[in-house]
Amino acid sequence: MFDLLRTYLTFLPDPVTTTLIILIQIIMIVIPIMLAVAYLVFAERKVIGYIQVRIGPNRVGPRGWLQPIADAIKLLCKEVIIPDGADRFLFVLAPVLALGPALAAWAVIPFGSEVVLANINAGLLYILALTSLGVYGIIIAGWASNSKYAFLGAMRSAAQIVSYEIPMGFALVGVLIAAGSLNLGDIIEAQRGNPLTWFWLPLFPLFIIYFISGLAETNRAPFDVSEGESEIVAGFHVEYAGMAFALFFLAEYANMIMISALTSVMFLGGWLSPFIAFADVPVVGLFFGDGIHWFVFKTSLFLFLFLWFRATFPRFRYDQIMRLGWKVFLPITIVWLVVVAAMVVYQVPPWFAGS
Amino acid sequence: MSVEAIVFYVFASALVFAASMVITVRNPVHAALFLIMAFFASAGLWILLEAEFLAITLVLVYVGAVMVLFLFVVMMLDINLTVLREGFARYLPIAFVVALGMMVSLGLIVGKDNFGLDAVGPAAKAPASYSNTEELGRVLYTDYVFPFEIAAVILLVAIIAAIALTLRPTRQTKAPNPDRQVAVKRGDRIRIVKMDSEK
Repeated sequence: MFDLLRTYLTFLPDPVTTTLIILIQIIMIVIPIMLAVAYLVFAERKVIGYIQVRIGPNRVGPRGWLQPIADAIKLLCKEVIIPDGADRFLFVLAPVLALGPALAAWAVIPFGSEVVLANINAGLLYILALTSLGVYGIIIAGWASNSKYAFLGAMRSAAQIVSYEIPMGFALVGVLIAAGSLNLGDIIEAQRGNPLTWFWLPLFPLFIIYFISGLAETNRAPFDVSEGESEIVAGFHVEYAGMAFALFFLAEYANMIMISALTSVMFLGGWLSPFIAFADVPVVGLFFGDGIHWFVFKTSLFLFLFLWFRATFPRFRYDQIMRLGWKVFLPITIVWLVVVAAMVVYQVPPWFAGS
Repeated sequence: MSVEAIVFYVFASALVFAASMVITVRNPVHAALFLIMAFFASAGLWILLEAEFLAITLVLVYVGAVMVLFLFVVMMLDINLTVLREGFARYLPIAFVVALGMMVSLGLIVGKDNFGLDAVGPAAKAPASYSNTEELGRVLYTDYVFPFEIAAVILLVAIIAAIALTLRPTRQTKAPNPDRQVAVKRGDRIRIVKMDSEK
């Protein structure tokens, strides 16, 4: 498709065409993510609604399907208020810093066997670096707001994200040892086979810990102490209104999709099909073969877990969050790293027989 | 000018700008944020040198972890800037001399004689499949395994020392112990007493 475009654009100099094509590819990734974010918010309200025996939003459009559009228009039309005594530049910069890393990380996610924006060698490292940058939006927002609630929320969030990044990083190291590569495409290829050869089984504790740390990294319930409505109003974004607030909202949901996508890539084989045996059957083979629809399906599964957890669990107390991260997750990940390394060295079948 | 040269000058000027802002801005939080910008700019330069592992690790470790804690502390400090800036003019001449001395000695060490193109030669362009993460790992765990392990042990000692210095074992916390909470059985909490009903 892009080769065809390139032949039409031969009158332009080569660097310009390349830049143009990369821009088109970025837009092709960002727009579906933004739509997914909008409808994830809708799904969240619906799912939590049904869990609480309500219907959820059902007034705007058929069965409420236009609700996210209405919300977006409302937020766009609202006034952005900058409080007195706020650091104006940082106050405006903070939402951008929150959203930027959440979108930039998508550059290395493989959607299909050849469908990836930047197929870089150090993909896993890049993901780890970018997910650790999201915290700046929150800290800067909390500080620049010049409000004690916002500041308390920012401090809680900073401590929490730095703590949970460590078990998360160790879980990624486990994936790295198992796959023998930092490239996300290679990590998926290393899981090829059937659902039992995917890494969720040999790396089971890391799989669970990665997803729970992901909950903590995105400040989602039950780890949402940085918002903590009942204690510190709304935490770090209490002073934000209108589109600036909407950007924080977008960043939170984009991060959720990001964590779900990463979990499915690293532990559930990304775009690999669980029914690969039926891939050669004529018509249904298209569905049972590998493809982006499996990636989307697995990602949605984890997104549903995010919503389910929010409706189910009460908020963690702060000291217990810290205890869970440092005293429970960290030792388990370190022990399992040793186990994974041993499994790789002794080539335990079926996962590491050929490595 | 080639694209690489343009990219280099953009990152290099951003780095110099950010570094000079770190020491000149009044607000310590702004200074810390400029330091982050300096880290990003130097990471960009390292990417240009095809050292992607070092570049991403710089962002991961310094920007992602160290500077978060740095900001954490700086934001909570109540710094009186006028007291801090007292005597600035008085110490300026001697500071200038020290800075000049450092710059000259740095120039002598990393200058043209030791690191110029005729002394080192331009780096060979590696193919796209070359992974310098793998190469670094290979060297670190073979040729340099003892220095690497010694550095790790020194860091461990530093961590233990830092914790030992700040630990106050006599402090009594009233926090409940989750292990004991989870291990509680029904029999530990209630006792059912059978009594004859009143007549």
